[in-house]
Amino acid sequence: MEGGYSPGRFGHALGWATALYLVLPLFIILPVSMTDQRFLSLPHEGLSLRHYAALFASGEWFASIAQSFWIACASTILAVSAGTLFAIAAWRINRRATELLRALMLLPLIVPSIVYAIGLYRYFGWWDLLDRFAGVVIAHGVTGIPYVVITVSTALASFDVRLEQAARGMGASLRQVLAWVILPRIMPGIVSGAIFAFIHSWDELVIVLFIASRDVFTLPRRIWDGINENQDPIMAAVAMLLIVFTTLLLVVDLAVRRRRG
Amino acid sequence: MRREAGWYALLLPAFLLLSVFYVTPILQVLAISFLEPTPGFSNYERIATNLSVQRVIVTTLRICSITTVLALLLGYALSYTITLASERARRWWLLCVLVPLWISVLVRAFAWVTLLRRQGLINQTLQGAGVISEPLELVWNEFGIIVGMVHYMVPYAVLPMLASMREIEPRLLAAARGMGASRGQVFARVFLPLSMPGVVAAGVLVFIFSLGFYITPAILGGGKTLMVAEWISLQILDLIRWGLGTMMATLLVVTILVTLALFSRVVNMRRLFGGA
Repeated sequence: MEGGYSPGRFGHALGWATALYLVLPLFIILPVSMTDQRFLSLPHEGLSLRHYAALFASGEWFASIAQSFWIACASTILAVSAGTLFAIAAWRINRRATELLRALMLLPLIVPSIVYAIGLYRYFGWWDLLDRFAGVVIAHGVTGIPYVVITVSTALASFDVRLEQAARGMGASLRQVLAWVILPRIMPGIVSGAIFAFIHSWDELVIVLFIASRDVFTLPRRIWDGINENQDPIMAAVAMLLIVFTTLLLVVDLAVRRRRG
Repeated sequence: MRREAGWYALLLPAFLLLSVFYVTPILQVLAISFLEPTPGFSNYERIATNLSVQRVIVTTLRICSITTVLALLLGYALSYTITLASERARRWWLLCVLVPLWISVLVRAFAWVTLLRRQGLINQTLQGAGVISEPLELVWNEFGIIVGMVHYMVPYAVLPMLASMREIEPRLLAAARGMGASRGQVFARVFLPLSMPGVVAAGVLVFIFSLGFYITPAILGGGKTLMVAEWISLQILDLIRWGLGTMMATLLVVTILVTLALFSRVVNMRRLFGGA
């Protein structure tokens, strides 16, 4: 902020301390993941990549990573298609009723996942969707919709409605307007939404704890068991890979937004 | 009119998905709380009579209040520093907020366990330096839960506060300073009051998110300090007491919705969730 006003010494120090509190615990994982010991600790005599090697050699971890990845891809497609169409329609209709519907779409962000998880546990039992790939995809897709609705709505806010009206006036069908006029203009918003929906599914644990058990064993589920059961440094290697992966996705998102802005 | 109908059809996929696969299971939770094991209000009577139910409610409210206050305090200092930083520095500061926000909650809880446990890095360092002789009990108790929860919540506190602080006209601050106010006075009488809407919004957000928090308290509490979400999971998965578990889940949702309704005049929901 310009204007010659700067924070006091106390405010500045507390700001710095908070930033370190947020970031430092994440950095500590890097040296721990490269420890030369057999248990979770800082390296004693030298750095070693053997826990990373063990991670890539382990069929269990690899299977969970693959499963999480495919679930995240499928649920992202579900969330992005439903969420994008909804956001465009709500923006175009723009009535009181759509405002209410939009509030409904945000529910998954507000209602704690534990409540949804126990509901699904019983509900999916009837549909025979427990411990099924499809069940987890549906659950993650549905709860990913709000992220897409938010980012696409934000992108639409700066879109001129008259462009759409002009295209329709000149005889374009709804499908043509969508494909040639609206979608290309809001693509950055859709990409952002897709990234957040992907991360949401990739990290989701609470729902999975209830609706999946043996056949579907996602990466967060395996980490959860690992934290509760052993002190294997392979966990630190997994954690480090997740940090790098999420940070990369965020950087992509920032780049997309900058191009838009 | 027919053109309009086309647009309404586009609302359908999301609406159907949410109704069938989101709202229905949740309404079912609500229904079970009144129907099992016997129809009526018997589950809700436990709030008045059952000590375990009361204990978990009190514990949850206490931890959430402490978490909210700490997250607001730290988040405020951080937002204040970010607001007053130069354009260039601000980008780095924002990264410090956004990266932790999106890192898996499990990874963060894991990092805290690594740091705080008995043979963890903090205890080892302190013992190595001779500051303490016995390891400190830093985790698997309420202290550990709060450390982890505040860590999770600070970014959520920063985003609404930052949005409201950025609307404060910088020249106001410079003017107050020019007219002889000390730095403390400028902060207390100009900046702080103007940033209050953001503080309230952040407080509501952090509090309602904390109430239903599952993973961090479960890992850092080590099963000794139970909060509502873990208690619900225990009732359903281990004790198969659906009535009691769904009662608490309903109570949780109602508390969150009532809190939001009470503050809906102060807090712009759209901005709260759209600002990130």
